[in-house]
Amino acid sequence: MNHILEPWPWYVSGPLIALVMFLLIYFGKTFGMSSNLRTFCALAGAGKKVEFFKFSWRDQKWNLIVVLGAVIGGFIAHYMLSNPTAIDLNPKTVDQLKEFGFNNAGASLLPPEIYSWDAVFSLKGILILIIGGFLVGFGTRYAGGCTSGHAITGLSNLQLPSLIAVVGFFIGGLVMVHLLFPLIF
Amino acid sequence: MKYLKFLLVGIFFGIVLVKSEAVSWYRIYEMFRFESFHMYGIIGTAVATGILLILLTKKMKLKTIEGALIHIPAKDKGLVRYLVGGAIFGLGWALSGACPGPMYILVGTGAFTVLIVIAAAILGTFVYGLLKDKLPH
Repeated sequence: MNHILEPWPWYVSGPLIALVMFLLIYFGKTFGMSSNLRTFCALAGAGKKVEFFKFSWRDQKWNLIVVLGAVIGGFIAHYMLSNPTAIDLNPKTVDQLKEFGFNNAGASLLPPEIYSWDAVFSLKGILILIIGGFLVGFGTRYAGGCTSGHAITGLSNLQLPSLIAVVGFFIGGLVMVHLLFPLIF
Repeated sequence: MKYLKFLLVGIFFGIVLVKSEAVSWYRIYEMFRFESFHMYGIIGTAVATGILLILLTKKMKLKTIEGALIHIPAKDKGLVRYLVGGAIFGLGWALSGACPGPMYILVGTGAFTVLIVIAAAILGTFVYGLLKDKLPH
């Protein structure tokens, strides 16, 4: 039981994520989480104005159910299967974050400096969440997929476009962390 | 009943991503600083297992539970959309620490401010839909 409560090592987690992909393919679907963002647009009636959202969201209902399950899974894992919940980060990472004003890095899943309500009620805090989210939504649809569709499914299927997309993910991530973080924090 | 299997897969996905810590903003930051093998180990073993499973699936001509031959739709050819779109996503991923799966999972862990990220991501997707025909692909 202790092994379940403790953080799972990468060599257990990785194959289990591949299993999620395989199950969805076996069910006749695909592993693509960012598609749900498009479905939410269609659900909200964006199809009346924009061709890209003119499709029956009901055909994507299965994926929305996966989302619902993911929320429940997050609840179960965090409140029932995690003890401790702290994250064992590289001390170098923790030190660097301290310089940016992040205290107790790794004590929780998310940094309170960005995700606490206090942070959200500051202009900088809310802008970080809105800009971050916007870029994720815009970028994943532009690239036609995210970590699940490109990095896991696409690479597993040896697709060149997915490899290019993953290179793109890293260009963006590295620019943000190494060039922009020192300006933002 | 038809949807129960999807609910269960979703629950399993949520549990794995929390227990692997892949939903953590800190882990994403650490990954982009190359200061831990953890995330690379997760993605690497996921892809290695995935390659094996898909290879076996094709070799054994495995069928879906609905009886159709398993087929993974190929992505369109292209360069600009994958590189530029990917980089835009990467910027947002590193800033918010959440990709489109974990953002829902995090709500389940009680991080309700993530709902702001989700709303902004839906808006970002909508704006892409508006501009789609004007963008290079």
